[in-house]
Amino acid sequence: MDEAVSIERLSKTFGGTRALDGLDLEVSVGEIHGLLGPNGAGKTTTLRILLGLLRADSGVARLLGGDPWRDVERLHRRLAYVPGEVTLWPNLTGGEVIDLLGRLRGGLDETRRADLLERFELDPTKKARAYSKGNRQKVALVAALSSDVELLLLDEPTAGLDPLMDAVFRECLVEFRKQGRTALLSSHILSEVEALADRVSIIRDGRTVEVGSLAEMRHLARLSIAADLASVPEDLATLPGVHDLRVDGTHVDFMVDPGGLDRVLVALTTAGVTSLTSQPPTLEELFLRHYGEERPAAPAGEAATP
Amino acid sequence: MSSFAGTAALTRLALRRDRVVLVVFVLVLVVMVAASASATVKLYPTEASRVKAAAAIDSSTATLAMYGPIYDTTSVGALSTFKMGIMGAVAVAILVLFVVVRHTRAEEETGRLELLGATVVGRRAPLTAALIVAGGASLVAGAGSALGLIAVGLPVAGSVLMGLGFACLGIVFAAVAGVTAQLVKSARGAAGLAGVVLGVFYLVRAIADAATGLGWLSWLSPVGWWQQTRPFAGDRWWALALPLAAAVALAALAYVLAGRRDFAAGLLPDRPGPAAAAASLRSPLALAWRLQRGSFFAWAAAFAVIGVVFGGLASNVGSFLTSPQARAFIIKLGGEQGIRDAFLATELGMAAVAAAVYGVQAALRLRTEESALRTEPLLATAVGRTRWALSHLVVALAGSAMLLVIVGVTAGLVGARQTGDGGQIGRLVVAALVQIPAAWLVIGIVAAVFGLAPRWVVLGWVALTAFVLIGEFGALFNLSQAVMDVSPFAHVPRLPGGEFAVAPLLWLTAIAACLIGVGLAGFRRRDVG
Repeated sequence: MDEAVSIERLSKTFGGTRALDGLDLEVSVGEIHGLLGPNGAGKTTTLRILLGLLRADSGVARLLGGDPWRDVERLHRRLAYVPGEVTLWPNLTGGEVIDLLGRLRGGLDETRRADLLERFELDPTKKARAYSKGNRQKVALVAALSSDVELLLLDEPTAGLDPLMDAVFRECLVEFRKQGRTALLSSHILSEVEALADRVSIIRDGRTVEVGSLAEMRHLARLSIAADLASVPEDLATLPGVHDLRVDGTHVDFMVDPGGLDRVLVALTTAGVTSLTSQPPTLEELFLRHYGEERPAAPAGEAATP
Repeated sequence: MSSFAGTAALTRLALRRDRVVLVVFVLVLVVMVAASASATVKLYPTEASRVKAAAAIDSSTATLAMYGPIYDTTSVGALSTFKMGIMGAVAVAILVLFVVVRHTRAEEETGRLELLGATVVGRRAPLTAALIVAGGASLVAGAGSALGLIAVGLPVAGSVLMGLGFACLGIVFAAVAGVTAQLVKSARGAAGLAGVVLGVFYLVRAIADAATGLGWLSWLSPVGWWQQTRPFAGDRWWALALPLAAAVALAALAYVLAGRRDFAAGLLPDRPGPAAAAASLRSPLALAWRLQRGSFFAWAAAFAVIGVVFGGLASNVGSFLTSPQARAFIIKLGGEQGIRDAFLATELGMAAVAAAVYGVQAALRLRTEESALRTEPLLATAVGRTRWALSHLVVALAGSAMLLVIVGVTAGLVGARQTGDGGQIGRLVVAALVQIPAAWLVIGIVAAVFGLAPRWVVLGWVALTAFVLIGEFGALFNLSQAVMDVSPFAHVPRLPGGEFAVAPLLWLTAIAACLIGVGLAGFRRRDVG
């Protein structure tokens, strides 16, 4: 078995709201898989179905080879979860919560617990009501990371962490993966997914719109080009694959589909190039393509399953 | 920015949030007050029959402790409001203390007030808005009740005084809750503390009315002040000055305390706790107990006090009743022992209701935890749903049983010491134990609703209130036996003194078990969150 998570055509409706609308997701063992989407895309609902907290209306979800709804206790010994919104029992200390959750999961590694407390600079003697949002998040992270589990389910786990702690979290997650373990990381923070994830599933309105490694997605994506020219070719705007052309004197700024790049470069060099920069799209731009107002004519990624 | 800025906006917000509960509460109260008065008038059409009924009430220690005396046995108004008067006043007090805490400490605890506090909202605005809403609700409830009583034909002056009495007790407890909301960090604790204050004052009044020679105690309790206005029995308007003065003083104290503390802070700073969990904290049940033990110990202390008070009162039952009719009445009831037993059986019945109140709030912890998203991390571990749900249910079931044992033991110990009869302990413990299944059945209702329709868990309170009202007013309204039998408390053997029967205990327990089973099955099937 090499799929840690496999989801096919998953649907879930709350009242009149369709939270999931035929979502597909495959997470291979040993990878960090990013689940990327804006607020309300269905990320949390997906994770909650995987945890057996919600029951899917239709579709198939498999987790570590089991049924997430029925094999709850057996599966949960092998995974840890960090919720997006961590609420703790106000009168328990952080240390107590970490121990409790670890024990209920089937035990935790004392050495790693101590190490993580130090790295996250978390005071375990404080009552939970006195913790800030970031510190509550750290409690959940330490509890999850100090258990010996195969799979981590992380729902926007760094919301509320400062950049220093964010870096600690990234280190920890990379170490976790080095041991051959799997993580499903839901996020709307592009840089986080960009830095950590081996593969990404982009979801919107409860559907998977694109899956792949970032390299594969860049392959599909446009390049952003800025150039200073001797003169601006008149037909530049009408060349196939050119979008969003802005002309400022002899400076041009536009996006181009990979397929149209060759002809664009010919046109530019013919006109005389004095300077040129081209950039691969950031995840930010990929995201905008799917969620921004500007939509590609042919939606990429419909069949992008690797 | 004035420290009261934004009060009007917050008041409107509070009214918007509470519009349903306030309207329903006032309507139910007015209907109950008017209907029970009207039924009493019909039940006792002649003055002779009223005097006889009032004399019987005044000669029963149990009713004196529960509701207080009827000060004028010839007054229609006094007889027809002797139960609903004090119950209505206390109901208004309970309503407002929840309203005040809900709009002050609860908002602070959840962080919503922070959101509002960043807008143009003065430091004193939230407390002021809560007091305005609570005070307004008290006045409306009082005015409605007064109109209801006038409508059924009772004297106008007494009706208005009764309504004002309701309003004044409500205003006092709005101010009490205003103070407790400054002292305690959690909303649950603040409401609980205000509730304890109300309970203590009620108990002080009960002792004043039921014990010989302690009548002056009544003046130490706002509930007693309410009683001392004596509506329909002399109409002492001046007694309204006491609650008003107390309310002003308490409100001033609340503002002083609010001005001295930081946002979201209580009176005591948080101390550091253990860095690691105790070895015993390793199961959902251990967690449930850890979360609920503070509340349980407070309830246990209250039950011990109640046991001591009622055990002590029981031994002087009837001793101050010297009129020939009253003596004849006592003999008819089975002599001193008989009347003592009747008193204790009534009080244990009330203790069973109180134990059910504990059970309902302990079981409702399931829903609170779920709504606060604290269930999610637990269910994401190897803890199954049934095991988690049972944790809080076990605390509710065992806790309510334990409370009844405590009241039985303490009442028995005091009784045994005063009468020199050691057997009293055993009799009272058994009499307390037989109440357990009825309390469990109410917990079962909460469990079932939690499993099947979690948004409607408030039905647990509705059911318990309905059972109490049926028990208190069923006979007055001439309800059919079938309706009276709906209440589990109607099936408990009346001990001590009455006939012991095991069958109702068994089937009450069986129904409770079924309800819990249904609830657990429902919870296993539904979405969490």
